Amino acid sequence: MSDLNSAMTERYHNSFLKEVEANVEEGEWVKMCMQCGVCAGSCPLGNAWEHTPQKLFMMIRAGKREAVLSSDAMWMCTSCYNCIARCPRGLPITHIMHGLAHYAKRLGLVPKNQPTAQFSQIFWDNLMKKGRVNELKLGLAIYFKDGFGQGIKNALANKQLGQNMMKAKRMNAMEFFGGHSIKDTGGLQKMIKKAQEIEDAKIQGNS
Amino acid sequence: MSDEKKFAGYICTGCGIGERLDSSQLEMIATREGKMQSCKQHEMLCSSEGVQMIRDDISSEGASHIMIAACSRRAKVEAFNFPEVAMTRANLREGVIWVRPDAPEHQETTQEMADDYIRMACAELRSLKLPHASGEQSLNKTILVVGGGITGMTAALESAAAGYPVHIVEKQGALGGQAAGYAKAIPTRSPYKEPRDTGVAEMIAAIEASGLITVHLNSTVAKTAGAPGRFNVDIATESGAVSNETFGAIIQATGFKLYDPSNLQQYGYSSSPDIVTNAELEKLVKAAAGGPVKRPSDGKEVKAVAFVQNVGQSSSEEGQLSYHSGIGDLIAIKQAMYFKDQNSDCDTTILFNNLRTPGAAGEDFYRAGQEKMITFSKAQVSEVVPGDSLEVKFQDLILDEETSMQADLVVLDVGMMPNSGPDPYAVPIVIDEKAEAASETPRAPTVTVDSILNLDYRQGTDLPHLKNGFTDSHFICFPYETRRTGIYAAGPLRRPMDMRQAQDDAAGAAMKAIQAAENAGKGMAAHPRAGDLSFPSFRMDGCTQCKRCTVECPFGAINEDEKGYPLFNESRCRRCGTCMGACPVRVISFENYSVESVNQQIKNVEVPEEFDEKPRILVLACENDAYPALDQAGMNGVEINPWARVIPVRCLGSVSLSWITDSLNSGYDGIVLMGCAKGDDYQCHFVRGSAMAHERMDKVGDTLSSLNLEPERVVVYEVAITDIERAPKLINDMAETVEKIGLSPFKF
Repeated sequence: MSDLNSAMTERYHNSFLKEVEANVEEGEWVKMCMQCGVCAGSCPLGNAWEHTPQKLFMMIRAGKREAVLSSDAMWMCTSCYNCIARCPRGLPITHIMHGLAHYAKRLGLVPKNQPTAQFSQIFWDNLMKKGRVNELKLGLAIYFKDGFGQGIKNALANKQLGQNMMKAKRMNAMEFFGGHSIKDTGGLQKMIKKAQEIEDAKIQGNS
Repeated sequence: MSDEKKFAGYICTGCGIGERLDSSQLEMIATREGKMQSCKQHEMLCSSEGVQMIRDDISSEGASHIMIAACSRRAKVEAFNFPEVAMTRANLREGVIWVRPDAPEHQETTQEMADDYIRMACAELRSLKLPHASGEQSLNKTILVVGGGITGMTAALESAAAGYPVHIVEKQGALGGQAAGYAKAIPTRSPYKEPRDTGVAEMIAAIEASGLITVHLNSTVAKTAGAPGRFNVDIATESGAVSNETFGAIIQATGFKLYDPSNLQQYGYSSSPDIVTNAELEKLVKAAAGGPVKRPSDGKEVKAVAFVQNVGQSSSEEGQLSYHSGIGDLIAIKQAMYFKDQNSDCDTTILFNNLRTPGAAGEDFYRAGQEKMITFSKAQVSEVVPGDSLEVKFQDLILDEETSMQADLVVLDVGMMPNSGPDPYAVPIVIDEKAEAASETPRAPTVTVDSILNLDYRQGTDLPHLKNGFTDSHFICFPYETRRTGIYAAGPLRRPMDMRQAQDDAAGAAMKAIQAAENAGKGMAAHPRAGDLSFPSFRMDGCTQCKRCTVECPFGAINEDEKGYPLFNESRCRRCGTCMGACPVRVISFENYSVESVNQQIKNVEVPEEFDEKPRILVLACENDAYPALDQAGMNGVEINPWARVIPVRCLGSVSLSWITDSLNSGYDGIVLMGCAKGDDYQCHFVRGSAMAHERMDKVGDTLSSLNLEPERVVVYEVAITDIERAPKLINDMAETVEKIGLSPFKF
């Protein structure tokens, strides 16, 4: 992955904006930002971010490649779509945020232990196994992601929640052994693999 | 019509006047006190029958002076249009019944109000004459356009298209002005995405093809004498030859100069040839003729260019412009496109603080620039460091950090300064020390200062300025008017503007110039009393040569003869009467408006004796804003105190101090003067009239104390046409004041 990163750096040495245009989903919109700051003011979690969308777009235009791609800002987006609804220039800001997160992940520049990134990876791995989300395993994987001791603490803290979910038949203890699945798991995995190949080829072609 | 005066009164009983008022009593007052030889009532005077009745009296009975008691003088002007007789209007509808409640306990005071308005109208009528043109007028349809840039060429083409001959006087050796040096212009048509051709060549071709336009190149205006309809202009060519032409009206379109950034050390303008102004860049681009732009120092192709915006503008620093030209950011977008269109890999960065892209094109053009990948950075540039590669140091205001960028060429966005000639009032005539001390705003650098028009006027050689060297005119209400009648300003000497705005401006000024020439031919006034035939006459045997009229005339209409007597130029006059208000010996009057005509109205109001406890409040209201506001108050049913008697005046500047002293002496309890807003953001239709009135009224306190009266009995207000609630309130406030301080002791 870092090979791809250095290849991209080489290819777009001076214009990070052009790199974003070519490789980030909806990245061609970044140049149209007029820096009004409505997105930054509209984001309900804005003050928890390292950079607001407005700042990220300005950083992209100022060529601050490392700072943008290793920012945790785009990982913090909850997709509430407030910014999209309000952007006077009609930028698909939420989508650009996810596009940037995706691109950073691809280049291996995600900040270490970024919880949203970790969750996303766990969710993806969980889903890919059976083609269905295994709630029990997903929950446990998240509880224990920071080690066994922390996992026990997390589990005890959420004991009541777990019991209630079982009572309401939202979660089944038997899921721990295998768990439910779609009919053709192999077929799904093949499909996803093919899609990944196509996308990889596209990105490699750009690099 | 015989010279014999015959007075006829007409009382309308329509619109509720008949029901609310005792019209037979009004008729009796008109005939007995008002000395109308006849007085007729009609139930709807503005109907065709009513109007016909008046017409018949004029044609068969020989009525020469008519008094119409009906609605406001501002209503039904088409119906009551009798230019062949002298006329007054008593305002019984908006002025009386609509501002008073319809209740039995108010009946008496309402009737008294109406009675007084009849007395006033009759008294005024007796002191009026029917105005006639002076006979000195002449029609000259030729228009002089000073300046052959975009504005001047447009003004010439528009005038010629309307059939009026034009002379263009241009200082340079070719037409086109500043725009001739531009590669392209800001787009004026949808989709506003690409710079457009300047159109200069087409305009020059159209001027050359026109049979009505004469062009004087390498020429200046050596002398302008006369007045609208008979301007006498010496046109001097570089070679020294002088030709003399006469003109009906003049359009000054002398454009702008650019601010010189040499003194702003931080931008390094003087230290590197690769740091250029926006106008210089146009020349580089034009020289490149579609190829890559080469930088001036070493001819290297420009691969990175930085546009530094707002250089020496909107600044409070000494020696910089306090205003912003408004179009610099659009120009920068256009110029960045020159580079992007030639080579899309060229780095173009616009370093702006507040990006302003006004006008129809603005936002779309900005977007088009973004689509072409021009980089816009909100930044405060601190320094441009010269060198082989220029370093632009700036504070990034979004990322909040000190940073810098490299560029092959730096373009400075410098502001426009009007090329308007020296201000005749640069040394204020009335030195207001308080205001001088209070205004510590730094003076903008002035463009030098050879006279452009060389007016042979007592009040200076050029058009007066308002602020920052821009010519004086009201930017919304009468944009092209200047304070020199028949001379119209157009283009960037009025305010900073782009080419499209300048062209609109030029068309507007051309229309005004044509109107002025035509009106001058008929002896009629120009704006705002367009069509007025009256003009001031001077009773020279009473004149003391004090020169106040010549100094205070806002329009420079009055020169002085060699003995110091006023020398009046009728067609320069706007008929405001500021001279009449200025004259301490009251020798200036109009046929239909004079010290006497208002004094008669004041005297004929019946002032009740002290024990009646009915005060009288004189309201002198400017006919342009205050009087319409009071009319509107009537329409909206806003109450006005029944003690008030309103007299419309042409301008507060025409108010004679004698009206104040006479009315106080005859027992009025309070006086309210209402004029338009004055000062830099004035709304006075005669520019300086209201300000003059305020200055004069500053001294009225002395008069009051010499009469042993309270100073609050006379108040002066600035009233706008929208003050529909406020204007009546100001009158009602005076009634309260009078109640508080008691009635005037001067009642007999």
